Amino acid sequence: MTASPAVRHSPLESLGDALASAAPSTAGAVALRELPFLAQVDLRCDPSDSSVMRRVEAALGGALGTALPIEPNTVATLGDLAVLWLGPDEWLIVGSPDAEGALEARLREALGDAVGSVVDVSANRTTIEVRGPAARELLAAACSVDLHLRAFGPGRCAQTALARAAVILHQTSDEPCYRILVRPSFATYLARWLLDALDGLEGLDDLETAVRSEGRT
Amino acid sequence: MTAIPATSRRLPTGGRIDRSSPIGFSFDGNDYSGFRGDTLASALLANGVRVVGRSIYRGRPRGIVAAGAEEPNALVEVTWPGGASDPMLRATQVELVEGLRARPLRGVGRLVAGGEAAGGANGEAAVFDKRHAHCDVLVVGGGPAGLGAALAAGRTGARVILVDEGPELGGTLLAMPDDGGDRIAGGPAMAWASGVVGQLRALPEVRILTRATAVGHFDHNYVLVSERRGVADGRLWHVRAREVVLATGAHERPIAFADNDRPGIMLAGAVRTYVGRFAVRPGQRAVVFTTNDSGIACAGELAEAGVEVATVVDARMDVAVVGTAGEPTLTGVTIMAIDADGRPTGHPRDVECDLLAVAGGWNPAVHLYSQARGTLRYDERLACFVPGATVRGVQTAGACHGTFGLAEGIAEGLAAGAAAARAAGFGDGKAPRAPSVDTPLLPADPDVAPGSIAPLWLVPAPDPDAEGSTHFVDLERDATVADLSRAVGAGLRSMEHVKRFTTVGTASDQGKTSGVLGSAIAASLMGRPVGEAGLTTYRPPYVPVSFALLAGRDRGELHDPVRTTAIHPWHVARGAVFEDVGQWKRARYYPLPGESMEESVLRECAAARHGVAVMDASTLGKIDLQGPDAGEFLNRVYTNAFAKLPVGSCRYGVMCRPDGMVFDDGVTSRLAEDRFLMTTTTGNAAPVLDHLEEWLQTEWPTLRVRTTSVTEQWATIAVVGPRSRDVLRALAPDLALAPEDFPFMTWRGAEVAGLRARVFRISFSGELAYEINVPTWHGLAMWEAVIEAGAPSGITPYGTETMHVLRAEKGYPIVGQETDGTVTPQDLGMDWIVSKTKGDFIGRRSHRRPDTGRPDRKQLVGLLPLEPDDLLPEGAQLVDDPDGPLPMRMVGHVTSSYRSAAVGRTFALGLVRRGRERVGEVVHAPLVDRTIAATIAPSVLYDPDNLRRDGDG
Repeated sequence: MTASPAVRHSPLESLGDALASAAPSTAGAVALRELPFLAQVDLRCDPSDSSVMRRVEAALGGALGTALPIEPNTVATLGDLAVLWLGPDEWLIVGSPDAEGALEARLREALGDAVGSVVDVSANRTTIEVRGPAARELLAAACSVDLHLRAFGPGRCAQTALARAAVILHQTSDEPCYRILVRPSFATYLARWLLDALDGLEGLDDLETAVRSEGRT
Repeated sequence: MTAIPATSRRLPTGGRIDRSSPIGFSFDGNDYSGFRGDTLASALLANGVRVVGRSIYRGRPRGIVAAGAEEPNALVEVTWPGGASDPMLRATQVELVEGLRARPLRGVGRLVAGGEAAGGANGEAAVFDKRHAHCDVLVVGGGPAGLGAALAAGRTGARVILVDEGPELGGTLLAMPDDGGDRIAGGPAMAWASGVVGQLRALPEVRILTRATAVGHFDHNYVLVSERRGVADGRLWHVRAREVVLATGAHERPIAFADNDRPGIMLAGAVRTYVGRFAVRPGQRAVVFTTNDSGIACAGELAEAGVEVATVVDARMDVAVVGTAGEPTLTGVTIMAIDADGRPTGHPRDVECDLLAVAGGWNPAVHLYSQARGTLRYDERLACFVPGATVRGVQTAGACHGTFGLAEGIAEGLAAGAAAARAAGFGDGKAPRAPSVDTPLLPADPDVAPGSIAPLWLVPAPDPDAEGSTHFVDLERDATVADLSRAVGAGLRSMEHVKRFTTVGTASDQGKTSGVLGSAIAASLMGRPVGEAGLTTYRPPYVPVSFALLAGRDRGELHDPVRTTAIHPWHVARGAVFEDVGQWKRARYYPLPGESMEESVLRECAAARHGVAVMDASTLGKIDLQGPDAGEFLNRVYTNAFAKLPVGSCRYGVMCRPDGMVFDDGVTSRLAEDRFLMTTTTGNAAPVLDHLEEWLQTEWPTLRVRTTSVTEQWATIAVVGPRSRDVLRALAPDLALAPEDFPFMTWRGAEVAGLRARVFRISFSGELAYEINVPTWHGLAMWEAVIEAGAPSGITPYGTETMHVLRAEKGYPIVGQETDGTVTPQDLGMDWIVSKTKGDFIGRRSHRRPDTGRPDRKQLVGLLPLEPDDLLPEGAQLVDDPDGPLPMRMVGHVTSSYRSAAVGRTFALGLVRRGRERVGEVVHAPLVDRTIAATIAPSVLYDPDNLRRDGDG
């Protein structure tokens, strides 16, 4: 009795089409999609222990002081790895799908006997990508964090709430493009919330007004 | 007095209306026409509609009094084109749109039926949403001072948000005529305003919100702004500002004289607005009753507009209006001289008029300032309350600051904007140069000092015996000077008490015209100075806010997150009935066609007890603990010992709070020498993690342990029942399953159905059981594989209801059901789980308090109704003597109650005083219509010797 390991389901599998329809329905103002199965490893270690920091950062492919950001709510990028600051001694390392096994093993070896932890949390969250000129406004409907360029921007992350779901928010480019990391159990709720909020975007008002007045006359 | 003929009330020129865009609307069933730029109120006045409603309690005819948010009378229910409706708006704030239907509100309030307010019975639903916005400087109010503040702040590059409640920026300037009014920078006032608005729009970091009212000003300059959008839609802005400039203007106040509520009696400033901004003559023949210069200006503008001004009654010259006449609308006033105390004296004089403009003085609109904890002081010279001590991050400018002159107001706004920007880190704080302002000279009276005010609040009736029962103070509440007299006569001295006794200021207008007036009159009735008696508290919202706006898009299925597991689609497809567990949707039972819940649950229980059944337990909280001190840490947070648990083993643990009461329970497994996996109850996943982190970070920072939530990393599938081993054998042929190879309370890593899994031999039913954990993304595939592998054994999916019955038969408590924060492990009969030998743990000292050792504490017991078909209601109170006198002494209560196939009867768990020593005795549950008697039994009713956990053969 065997299920193929390929049979894995992402939380937003059934909403894929709905998410894909965001871009055409907003004339390209916002594009939404799920980035399923990203590798995610939660790392905790002591930032004041320079020898462990050096080992861990080397394991991530960076020199000391480049891989594990110390400034709160910032992200270091090393190749296709993103290292998100989650706390004074906690980081989330995000990579391509299926990279988690090797990543976890490398980090565990680097941590050695030092105080800390390495946990594969790849299935603990899925990722929604929000991209496009109205992405910031869409998030402003749901999120109390100041996302203005002067306050946020590429390389920034925040642990916050979008609508009523706890998320990790990460801006990846100044297009702008954001990644929302959300627990699987909240993903459907959050995706529906974002799809619903597309209606109120500023740039779409004229279109909306036209459609409505047609409906009324 | 003769009737005044009705002629057109619209001026041929002037105003900020578009005469080329007529708009049809209806009011109270009659059709009218107005223009684009009108409010409902200005259009009604232009159409000669003078009575817009009846007063709430006394049914007196009432007309429009004001021109803005302070309107107390013209409350209307509006149906928008498209069908959405608003149950209560002020006609003075309703922008006229084609097809609008309005009707006056009648009588006391009623709650509009669900959906009607937002959508109308058949109409299109209005759309409400919200936005979060951040800025360096928020400017509230787009009048001259606010425009100046926004411009000064915006020029520094600061992020500025300017909000104004009207559709057009300009505030009081909107009512100023281009010819003959104030001139700013050498041109018409509105030309200056338009220029500023143009400059603001060109600044990329300035956002202007019109039709947007700041309704609440909270700590740290968090300000809620209600924006009206489109025709009937709305948006709630959550603005977080570093600095706030309040340029909210001022509200004119009325004067309390006899019959001061007749339609045709208006505030003088409102009259100026209707004439200047809307090009409406609110009457044909006017009397102006004033305490200050603004009434003089009003008289001039009325005359300019072709309204006959019969007389100006200037209280500074010791005259006053003492009464009015006219039914239903004003036809004349009575004027008398007044003495130094404001008492009428001499001979009355009647003057015919259909309009009385009342200028009682200006109250700075300090509502938001007060909400932001600003204090007020009474200014004797201005005869009003003005902002007192400064509030950090908040400035007031213009009339809101008590600065009523136009030139001074603009200068103050510019300075406040520059200062606010500087405080937020922008610019040098220097105010831009203020524009020149030329104010037309008012006709001067040699007996009156220009700019002075007579602080006149109350004009007593000429008859000294009159109670003042038509001296209205709060028009919306129909509250009068007589009510204030009664309050003061009853001995009330606090304004808060007077307010609640009289209801002055408690209406939906929040006392904008009545609050200060009522307080001042009450103070004078007490013989105290106005400033000393003070005011009542200003509370949000500044104007009424609909629930629909507050809800925004968080409605229907988006009202609250619905959390689902990876296996949820299967449960739905199988027709499961769900129950809410916190935000989770959990399958409660899986009815077959035609089956009741009771039948389903009995069937599911039987499968688990005699065959094999399967449940989705993914919602359990899971925490990964790593580090060499993890065992020691667990020793301290659980009541029982974990440090010596062998790798590969599992142990049930109970966690207490420092008070010794049960906080959570669950099974923790040792994954490696320095790594554990803890499970928590579904509802406590987050609180337990917080609890662990709190103790680690604050009490035991030297412990080398780190925690990580993995609740949703793992899907958990419980395969339960004597035939569960067969299912596992089919799924994991390489896994040794014999009890000696894979004993109870151990776990194994294994390939199950071709997927990497952790399998735990733990049981919440007493039966042989395996809990299979796989990464969440494999949860559905694993579940389907289990169902397929179990098909030959008749595998039966079961839900939370069956889970509850199975565990209750075994006497396993559920935290939050058997416990309520007042129950110790000992109360649950679990003294065995409280270690006497290991070191300290959270709650240990509390277990030694005399109270936790009392023999008469409530203890967990089983309850067997004498009639084996009677089902005790959960929550029922238990007594010893159901026929005893009331109030009865309660000895306990029912915590769980079910029908059990396994024991062939109903049963319950309950907490009963001294319960364990009373086994065999009978207690009674008195219900509404009958009493159920039950025998106290041990809490474990099924398989008390745990013979079944390795299977039945």
